[in-house]
Amino acid sequence: MSETFTFTIDGVEVEGEPGQTILEAAQAAGIYIPRLCHKDGLEPWGGCRVCTVTVNGRSASACTQPAAAGITVENETDELVDMRRGIIEMLFVEGNHFCMFCEKSGNCELQALAYRLGIAAPRYEYLWPTRDVDASHPDVLLDRNRCILCARCVRTSRDLDGKQVFGFVGRGPGKKIAVNASARLSETGLDVTDEAVDACPVGAILRKREGYRIPVGLRRYDGTPIGSDIEKGASS
Amino acid sequence: MVAGNTKRIVIEPVTRVEGHGKVTILLDEDNRVAQARMHIVEFRGFERFIRGRPYWEMPVAVQRLCGICPVSHHLCAAKAVDRIVGVDRLTPTAEKMRRLMHYGQIFQSHALHFFHLSAPDLLFGFDADPAERNVVGIIRKNKPLAVQAVKMRQFGQEVIKATAGKKIHGTGAVPGGINKNLSVEERDGLLSRTGQMLRWARDAVKIARDYTIEHLEMLSDFGSFESNHMCIVRDDGAMDLYNGGLRAIDAEGGTIFDHVPNEAYLDYIAEEVRDWSYMKFPFIRSIGPEDGWYRVGPLSRVNACDFIDTPEAEAARKDFLSLTDGKPNNITMAYHWARMIEVLHSIEMIERLLQDPDLQGDELITTGERRGEGIGIIEAPRGTLFHHYKVGDDDLVTMCNLIVSTTSNNEPMNRAVRGVAEKYISGRPEITEGMLNSIEVAIRAYDPCLSCATHALGQMPLEVTLVGPGGDVLDKKTKDG
Ligand code: SF4
Ligand code: FES
Ligand code: NI
Repeated sequence: MSETFTFTIDGVEVEGEPGQTILEAAQAAGIYIPRLCHKDGLEPWGGCRVCTVTVNGRSASACTQPAAAGITVENETDELVDMRRGIIEMLFVEGNHFCMFCEKSGNCELQALAYRLGIAAPRYEYLWPTRDVDASHPDVLLDRNRCILCARCVRTSRDLDGKQVFGFVGRGPGKKIAVNASARLSETGLDVTDEAVDACPVGAILRKREGYRIPVGLRRYDGTPIGSDIEKGASS
Repeated sequence: MVAGNTKRIVIEPVTRVEGHGKVTILLDEDNRVAQARMHIVEFRGFERFIRGRPYWEMPVAVQRLCGICPVSHHLCAAKAVDRIVGVDRLTPTAEKMRRLMHYGQIFQSHALHFFHLSAPDLLFGFDADPAERNVVGIIRKNKPLAVQAVKMRQFGQEVIKATAGKKIHGTGAVPGGINKNLSVEERDGLLSRTGQMLRWARDAVKIARDYTIEHLEMLSDFGSFESNHMCIVRDDGAMDLYNGGLRAIDAEGGTIFDHVPNEAYLDYIAEEVRDWSYMKFPFIRSIGPEDGWYRVGPLSRVNACDFIDTPEAEAARKDFLSLTDGKPNNITMAYHWARMIEVLHSIEMIERLLQDPDLQGDELITTGERRGEGIGIIEAPRGTLFHHYKVGDDDLVTMCNLIVSTTSNNEPMNRAVRGVAEKYISGRPEITEGMLNSIEVAIRAYDPCLSCATHALGQMPLEVTLVGPGGDVLDKKTKDG
């Protein structure tokens, strides 16, 4: 690693390698930068803006912005944290999220981020859009009520499964997750063992019949906030 | 329609966002009660909301129905969904965990109702100053009782948490079983307190019993009437609050039907819609809509079972029935005594279950062949609860029918209101404090959950409006719920 360089995140000196994004370098150094559309192993997409940081004073998405020698990155400023809260709150009001009975509760990245960022109630009004559920597939449920348009399923199916099961249609508020078939999920080549089935950060793509099998207390984010694994990784 | 010259007394809530109840009393020319009706505005929004959701969501989703009895809905929906996944028999661990959750719920719900809502009426008298006749009055007059009420409720909630994962909106019961067993630490934590709970439950039975016997004459005439009673019972006729066939008896104790399988409930029970109420009126088909109404809840269960399978509650049941020579007790206010017998039964059951090593087993879920329909029936704290779902091949719910306990007690509550209104009407077109209080006390004996019945959250504040023959308001009084 002869070509490594250093830069700072919130005043802490961090090492970077050429080709790394800020998010990746931070993660390697045990610093968690909140993210939603980014998933390790997938091409960066830069869609959700939850990972927004400032680089030498200017906003950038950490999941797409390359790390570079000597840059000054801010991650945990009040302003950035509040902006992230705003994005998460917007995602909550734009969909129909009922954490109270959603089977993804406790394992959901959106909910976990809301907890980590200390969101009590959204500052915006709920839009309660009309969205549909595609239950046609024998083993996989697509509940558009909870989709946050992060494109993780789209990229996973395309890049990891080599299938292109998912895509988007429409634009603006009408944009929605679609399937690569004339009508329904059952007509696509989606298999329950596809990586795409596990790509969704929220409860929009689910394995059928799993429901609430993991008891409260043992779910992914019951004990520790989202990002803790990254932060722990550094100290150990 | 009521013909002729009548006046109306309307009791209705002051404010409510969704769903509300009100009582209307019609007076005739001589200011006698011509008719009394309790209205509850019911919203069917929930059934609509549930349609199109996957069936495995039901046990958790239905807890939105009611913030007061979520555990009953959770378990009842789980029982219905068990059928959908083709499971008729759970593993011993799953069934016992669910039962433990259920008895925890009964225990805490009954204790809360008795000590926080009803004890003030009983201990201070219906006519006592409302400023005293509340839980604050209890705390002032009898601190240990108030403390004990809080601790009993807490204990019940901890049983729920240990079995469902959370005190409210837990996820314990899943299609075909349960998602956790009981750890040894959880068990020991609860077991260390059952002794105290048992002692308090005994005391509670005594309070309710002594009160009833002391005021027997007054209570026999207080919103009391003969009625049919319905509940589920175990195969051997024992009280069983979690599982069993349907039994209905008449006011004399004669069998109307017995051991009816849950799947057949629609052959025995029908629901009548009346133009003046959004809440339906269930009735026993073989008797018909006119006389086929029945009561549900603690009174009906203690009346209708052949015995209780725990020693102390069984002794209390015998004592209870000795008052009526073994026949059903039809006194409305005897609900309280019956309710406390169930508190005793619940804690005896909780103690028995906690000592059962099956709770530490790890066979949690059973599977079977998928079916298109599922019916679950459970004895919720307030009475028999029905959940019925139909599910499409795509696993989404296509039909949902619920009969909540409070709906079954709709007609009985109307009768009770009429009874006390007749008794307390002053001969003048006015709402006396005594009448207002008594109507409240009589309705409260049934522990109605308007939240369940209306599918909305909250309590029922009362507003009494007296309307004269010309539709003019003669008098108006309000009361917080
Ligand atoms: S379905 Fe899930 S993974 Fe796909 S875009 Fe929507 S939220 Fe993202
Ligand atoms: S995680 Fe960077 S934009 Fe979504
Ligand atoms: Ni309720």
